[in-house]
Amino acid sequence: MRARVIHPWPLRLTHWLNVIAMVMMIGSGWQIYNASPLFNFNFPVGIGAWLGAGIAWHLAAMWLLVLNGLIYLVWSLASGHYRKFFPIRPRAVLADLGAAFRFNLKHERGVYNAVQRLLYLGVLLAGLLAVLSGLSIWKPVQLWFLCDAFGGFFIARYVHFFAMTGICLFILVHLLLVALVPKTLPPMITGGRLP
Amino acid sequence: MIQRRSLLLRAMALGAAAPLGGCNYEDPAHPDLADKFLHAMSAWNDRVQEALFDPRTLAPTFRADQITRPPRFNAFYSIDQAPVVDAASYKLELGGQIQSKTGWSLAQLRALPQHEQITRFVCVEGWRVIGQWSGVRLSDFLAHVGADTSCKYVSFKCADGYYSSIDMPSALHPQTILALDFLGQPLTAPFGAPVRLRIPIKLGFKNPKSIIQLAVTNVYPGGYWEDQGYNWFSGS
Repeated sequence: MRARVIHPWPLRLTHWLNVIAMVMMIGSGWQIYNASPLFNFNFPVGIGAWLGAGIAWHLAAMWLLVLNGLIYLVWSLASGHYRKFFPIRPRAVLADLGAAFRFNLKHERGVYNAVQRLLYLGVLLAGLLAVLSGLSIWKPVQLWFLCDAFGGFFIARYVHFFAMTGICLFILVHLLLVALVPKTLPPMITGGRLP
Repeated sequence: MIQRRSLLLRAMALGAAAPLGGCNYEDPAHPDLADKFLHAMSAWNDRVQEALFDPRTLAPTFRADQITRPPRFNAFYSIDQAPVVDAASYKLELGGQIQSKTGWSLAQLRALPQHEQITRFVCVEGWRVIGQWSGVRLSDFLAHVGADTSCKYVSFKCADGYYSSIDMPSALHPQTILALDFLGQPLTAPFGAPVRLRIPIKLGFKNPKSIIQLAVTNVYPGGYWEDQGYNWFSGS
């Protein structure tokens, strides 16, 4: 028998572990960025008091990010959770997007609407891109094939930056939506019950 | 609402002023719990990098027209404070597990086969430059002086007080050289004269300049930045 929860426990566990990993990775990443900015600005906050601490946090938290991500991926494939993302139909995305902007999007518990499907898949891909470009920056010689795939060390840094930017934009939208529909938050902690 | 927002802003300002108080590697002599955790993870990352290191994988090489000009100076002091070592009286001191510990003059180093490379220098800060270096393969030199290459580390002491160390497999890599020339000319003071390590399979700070002593040892030698929290292996 299938448990009648909205969010199964492996999903909740990996989600909250990922919150920790993401905060650590983005915070320490901003500290590292500030040592040699790609653009004409610095981040006002960062994790780690100086570059060495920022790197140490970044290269420690990457293990949590990657291992937790792999566990999520394996669970998602094994449990069939991944099917909730598909299909993504452009027409459905447009319709749901329009409904969302009119604050009229029907929230069906246990089902991802078309906008959610697109955003969740998008942020998973951004996360994958961040990890792969990050590995290219960390090991441009030993993992030269990966670094070459990104067009070299220099470009990999920009890819890494924009993957982070994409993840941050997702987090903003994600938090905004939770703030607008707060009843979605408790089931992410307790699991909730399907009607 | 306004009150709550000002509280949030104050909390953010506090966060900016003291990023995760304690978790900072600020005082290597007095590590706190966060420092110990970061140390353990850094040691784990050293082991992962040793396992990942393939001695046959070469760092990418570049064309002469890709060389960064003018070259970029970087050290823990400003360019006018770089030490000037007298080339005529220079002798590279040798220590540790080496059979023949007689010092080496620049002329003796130049008499060994010279190898040239145009390689990328990647700084731990994130920037990279491309330069041309030539000099003696460290593996050739270690063989010449009868170094015990079963030891774990090769350590370097510099005229400016800098020090660093590398693992033996990286020391024996064909692109690891004791560089004497930069851009076809003898090294100048701010760029590591008279002898610097050029190791394109590691980050920039693992390329010590103005080396005055080289030793082979099994006792972990650390390094100037490594002792403050940079990852020791720092392979590329």
